[in-house]
Amino acid sequence: MLKIQNLHAGIEGKKILNGINLEIRPGEVHAIMGPNGSGKSTLASVLAGRKEFEVSNGTVEFLGKDLLDLSPEARAGEGLFLAFQYPIEIPGLSTTNFIKTAVNEVRKYRGQDTLDAVGFLKLMKEKMALMNMDQSLLSRPLNEGFSGGEKKRNEIFQMAMLQPKLAILDETDSGLDIDAIRIVANGVNKLATQDTAVLVVTHYQRLLDYIVPDFVHVLYKGRIVKSGPKELALELEERGYDFIKNETNVTEEV
Amino acid sequence: MATIDYLEKEFEKLQATTGGQLSAFRQDAFTAFSRLGIPSSRNEEWKYTRVGLVFNKTFQFSEDDGSRFTAADLTKLKLPGSDEANEIVFLNGRFSSTLSTLRSQGLTLLPLEEAAQGAHSEFVATHFANSSKYLKDGINAMSTAFLSGAIFLDVKKGATIDHPVYIYNISDAREFNVLSQPRSLIKVGENAQVQLVETFVTIGSQESFTNQVMEMVVERDAITEYYKIQNDVPNANQVSTTHIRQTGKSYTHAVTISLDGGMVRNNLNLVLDAPNCEAHMYGLYFQKGKTHIDNHTVVDNVQPNCLSNELYKGILTDSATGVFNGKIFVRPLAQKTNAYQSNKNVLLSDTASVNTKPQLEIYADDVKCSHGCTIGQLDEEALFYLQSRGINEKRAKSMLLHGFSSDILEKIKLTPIRAYVEGLIDQRLEFDKE
Repeated sequence: MLKIQNLHAGIEGKKILNGINLEIRPGEVHAIMGPNGSGKSTLASVLAGRKEFEVSNGTVEFLGKDLLDLSPEARAGEGLFLAFQYPIEIPGLSTTNFIKTAVNEVRKYRGQDTLDAVGFLKLMKEKMALMNMDQSLLSRPLNEGFSGGEKKRNEIFQMAMLQPKLAILDETDSGLDIDAIRIVANGVNKLATQDTAVLVVTHYQRLLDYIVPDFVHVLYKGRIVKSGPKELALELEERGYDFIKNETNVTEEV
Repeated sequence: MATIDYLEKEFEKLQATTGGQLSAFRQDAFTAFSRLGIPSSRNEEWKYTRVGLVFNKTFQFSEDDGSRFTAADLTKLKLPGSDEANEIVFLNGRFSSTLSTLRSQGLTLLPLEEAAQGAHSEFVATHFANSSKYLKDGINAMSTAFLSGAIFLDVKKGATIDHPVYIYNISDAREFNVLSQPRSLIKVGENAQVQLVETFVTIGSQESFTNQVMEMVVERDAITEYYKIQNDVPNANQVSTTHIRQTGKSYTHAVTISLDGGMVRNNLNLVLDAPNCEAHMYGLYFQKGKTHIDNHTVVDNVQPNCLSNELYKGILTDSATGVFNGKIFVRPLAQKTNAYQSNKNVLLSDTASVNTKPQLEIYADDVKCSHGCTIGQLDEEALFYLQSRGINEKRAKSMLLHGFSSDILEKIKLTPIRAYVEGLIDQRLEFDKE
């Protein structure tokens, strides 16, 4: 589904990603972990198409297409979704209008009929129940005055509405208490199918108790320095990131 | 300046043919006009609005006996809801009784000359030309110096006017550059309620210069909503002055919407002249091309315990230029004043510009005042957020700008006017509603 090869990227001349290789197949859940500043969020941003980041080398293939060649909106149309670490507050834009526009633009892109008011409402009700969302949130301006938990829940609600093939969760657990993490994770799990994949970007292991990964990758200094099964996350939690740093230093010396 | 020589001759003609109670006002104002002249950019209040450049061209007054601009012409340029509204029409700056229609009880409309002689003479003597105390410039003086075809509108004490009053300021520039000076004095009586909508229309391809002055007194417990809708052609220039004096516990809600036009200067003055007055002033300007928009506002807190709240928002693109100047005075007596002011601007092109200046002068020590202004570009983070949800860049920009405008648009309480303005904004944003 997603094939990243030798990806180098940076911002304002500063190199952040130094040769990422990663392949994700349908049905898989991958976790990317790593210390602060290792490039986790940059990777998520580059995949979603944030234009401040410059890709200097490497390729990314998504469902057979050159992802880097697509605009952010086309990437969404193709089935890529990024749940933001810091969802943006937009005063004056109602959440419902925003989601309705997004859903219909994505449907147009995918060659599906756009939803009328009734069809949209039905879909919305269904997905709201899934996320335990309160109706009142949706009539408010987008994310404005939402609590941290409400913002993150709104991200996963958008994901449910847009039905992506690959969801990237960028530190979706940051700033959430355990109950909120459970609700968000539960939503993500219910949306997962044989045909979809999830890439969880996180600093901590605790989200992975609820969204259980098939593979865990450790990102350090812009490279994946270690990959392993879900137990790797537990090991990282216990031993901290230092042991990775030490191992990496050894390999660099060799 | 050819127009100035012309005006001197016109003044002599006018004074010779029209006597009456108001000629002393005219004489004083003409003396002031001769002394002050058309403001140059050296005048701080006109630094960024070079009205002199417009006046380098030749403008003249236009008389229309009703044969050129007809009721059929008027029908074509009416605002939505006009059929039910009270309609007051100024043609080339002079009140047209044939084109105007009052439909509601509680309104009395008189030529100002007549009002100055009858039961309203004291009111006229006290309140006419009070805007000149705040606007000490030749443009304001010019309106009074060439006073002709002005009106007095009385909103009867205790009356709730069931339909809004639409005021059309029409300039017929089909034959030559026309100078129009619509002038009105309005009394909103004690405990009365009225909604006013004012708009400006130029027809023809020559230029217009509309120097409009509305002076209003909102009496005790009265409620006034005032909407100024400006969406004229690029050859239309205007200085539009609204001077409102509020007395005891009165309430004013003013919304100024400025879209197309040539050089547009608005003066909105609110004098809170009794305790417990409340005033809300909102503005949205959205300019493209070479349109120049200047909003000068004054809130003068004279008495204690008043509240004023002001929010102006601007979007400028192409080579449009904007000015916001918001003055708040808090006089020594005006303790417990709450005065808030904010001006926010988004520039969409490298060649658009805006100059914004908040000014607070506070002479009382127990007040709450705030002001702030911002100038920025469209938020890239927000744009990316929408795009990442599948919304294309153009549409995403429209949605963000729509969101930016929405808190002003929702202040338009008159549904047909609000729908009309939203339509204009959506059109400008190429925003197709589904």
